Amino acid sequence: MQIDLNKVEFLCHSGISFEEMKNVKPLRPFADEVVSFLSALSQELLRSKTNKAYPEIITFAFYCRKANLESEKKKYLDCMENHIGRGLTFHIAPSNVPVNFAYSMVAGLLSGNACIVRVSSKPFPQTDVICNAINSVLSSGEHDKMKEFISIIRYERDVEVTSYLSALCNVRIIWGGDSTISEIRKSPVAPRAFDVTFADRYSICVIKAKEYLAQGNYQKVAHDFYNDTYLFDQNACSSPHLIVWIGTDDDIAKAKDIFWDAVYTFAKQNYKVEAITAVDKLTTLCRCAIDIGPVKWERMHGNLVSRISINRLPSEIYEYRCPGGSFIEYSDVNLDSLTGIINDKYQTMTYIGYEPEELKKWVMSNGLQGIDRIVPVGKSADFSLIWDGYDLIRNLSRVCYSVQGKPI
Amino acid sequence: MVNYEEILNMPPYSLDKSKKHEFLTEQLSILTRHHYYNCPEYRKIIDAFGFDVNCIKSYCDIPFLPVRLFKEYDLLSVPREDVVKTMTSSGTTGQKVSKIYLDKETSSNQTKTLVKIVSSYIGAKRLPMIVIDTSAVLKDRNMFSARGAGILGFSVFARDRIFALDENMELDIDGLVQFLRKYEGEDILLFGFTYMIWQHFYNKLKELDLSLDLSRGVMIHGGGWKKLQEHAISPAGFKEALHHVCGINRVYDYYGMVEQTGTVYIECECGHLHSSVFSDVIIRRSSDFGIAETGEKGIIEVVSVLPKSYPGHVLLTEDEGIIIGEDDCPCGRKGKYFRITGRINNAEIRGCSDTYADRFK
Repeated sequence: MQIDLNKVEFLCHSGISFEEMKNVKPLRPFADEVVSFLSALSQELLRSKTNKAYPEIITFAFYCRKANLESEKKKYLDCMENHIGRGLTFHIAPSNVPVNFAYSMVAGLLSGNACIVRVSSKPFPQTDVICNAINSVLSSGEHDKMKEFISIIRYERDVEVTSYLSALCNVRIIWGGDSTISEIRKSPVAPRAFDVTFADRYSICVIKAKEYLAQGNYQKVAHDFYNDTYLFDQNACSSPHLIVWIGTDDDIAKAKDIFWDAVYTFAKQNYKVEAITAVDKLTTLCRCAIDIGPVKWERMHGNLVSRISINRLPSEIYEYRCPGGSFIEYSDVNLDSLTGIINDKYQTMTYIGYEPEELKKWVMSNGLQGIDRIVPVGKSADFSLIWDGYDLIRNLSRVCYSVQGKPI
Repeated sequence: MVNYEEILNMPPYSLDKSKKHEFLTEQLSILTRHHYYNCPEYRKIIDAFGFDVNCIKSYCDIPFLPVRLFKEYDLLSVPREDVVKTMTSSGTTGQKVSKIYLDKETSSNQTKTLVKIVSSYIGAKRLPMIVIDTSAVLKDRNMFSARGAGILGFSVFARDRIFALDENMELDIDGLVQFLRKYEGEDILLFGFTYMIWQHFYNKLKELDLSLDLSRGVMIHGGGWKKLQEHAISPAGFKEALHHVCGINRVYDYYGMVEQTGTVYIECECGHLHSSVFSDVIIRRSSDFGIAETGEKGIIEVVSVLPKSYPGHVLLTEDEGIIIGEDDCPCGRKGKYFRITGRINNAEIRGCSDTYADRFK
């Protein structure tokens, strides 16, 4: 099958064909050449002062530091013995998180695979910065082996190109939510190939009121909460939308006042409510009032922080997800009522005042289909090689095992 | 209850700021209570706001419903069997449309109000009317789209009517020439949607280098400037261009929506959209929905005394605009005058899912 390559823009490409990439010899997880390439990329990105304007690029560069990769590697020592990359991975990056494509590629490389990465057709400066850095590291002469492992491309929505690359790859990684997934899945992958999909997810935050009041560092918590929510317009899968308060009525009332005041004070300096967001929030309130009711709109802080308090948890609560600072609040004495609504849509649970192990046990012992990540408030967006319930290294590599026969 | 017979006798631009405030507060308070007790969904929303319907100091304090709600819910304040007409907004295929349920009273008041307002511009006499659209939009009489509703609404001013476009949106030149010959020397009403007038009427006449004599024409057009702005056509440029191809001098833009049919806002001789006594616009800040200053851009809230069969008397639109002034337009009309700056922007939303923002396109 041939495709019209004129439709494809190559941002990072060594010149070898996609078919040749298919035949690249896969590597073991955390192969030396990959780690050394990524740490060179990290240095390259951190070297430029102008990159400081993009905090997400700096975060990415920090992730790729040698020391960090070495520490990640320690979690996969067993894999290095008996795992090997599957071959060619085809990544479809989302159109509204500029740096996501780079993390996806890092997961593909660290698990030992060649990567064809389709970045969004929307032009982001961050994409160019990272691709330029990759090109400059690849052309230094010190990482020639990696050239055939990386192809970063851009093309407008095109079934022909997508179908071609889908048929070619061993694993397809689809970001961008439910509708992108169903669109891309119209193009089949080879019989032994499979998809790793990042669907639309819903996330929640659980707070023990008494513990929140006791910790005292309200500004820091507000800043962390802001980073989980407003920083990505509360539209990342990991951004909490349902806030669950646990404790006595008195503690909860006190904690709410302090918490939201602090969040508002921080957000006011850093976030602007667009007209569409204001209307979305009002619409969400009306929908909640009609469908869930009785609800109460706590709008003591204008349209920046929209809080809808509810007194029952309907199972379709995720339908009332609204970006840009719209929170549904529910209070209870323990987490029991949550077990009735959590399904496989639920991704991240951020917490204040809980022991994460305790929450993990709670998920397991209740046999919940959702909640893949339990992280402290402020860490919801941190990239991890375990994401959305997938261990990316283990999923993107295959296991080769051998059995010793009885001596003859 | 609202005494429509009495209030619809008021001249449409006759009340000054304080009298209009008093009038609207009284009428809209009655309507708010009516909807509160007759539309369960409306009641739940009002309760979520913690708003007391029995103690309304100003109509500006009444919670507004986002117009998008009419796309998601069937909102009625009368028994369903009283509905005589369901109006829908024009949406492209696949989009949800607003559904507005009208009983006999509300429907009839819409027509009466439209007549009051429009005849204050074009006179009480009915005129020969050219609709710059195709008759095909009226085919399904049970589901009135905004386009069809506009045409039918304004057709009450017609004593004879032709459609200027055929089903393929081609200009029917012969039909137009005959119609103009028949009514030579008389005032002629032209009605259509701004962009369609430009695309299928103006452009065609220009392309054919044909000049029609519409020097006695009065054109009323609406539907928004978004597409024309993309072509860099200003309201003044629009008028000038039309004058150039057909000699027309009186061209009035209007702002209105299917959710508040009847209480239209028509452009005056000075180029300002005016609110009549039956309705008002309030500009809201997106930061806190506070009322914007004169001259400050914000989200447009519209209130109207007509909606009784559905809770649409106080609505937040998805348009943005600016109040230019109140009671002091050189044209002499009382009330606020304003302009529309466009639709509220589809913000670039960050996040994981690609398509979220598309939902609102």
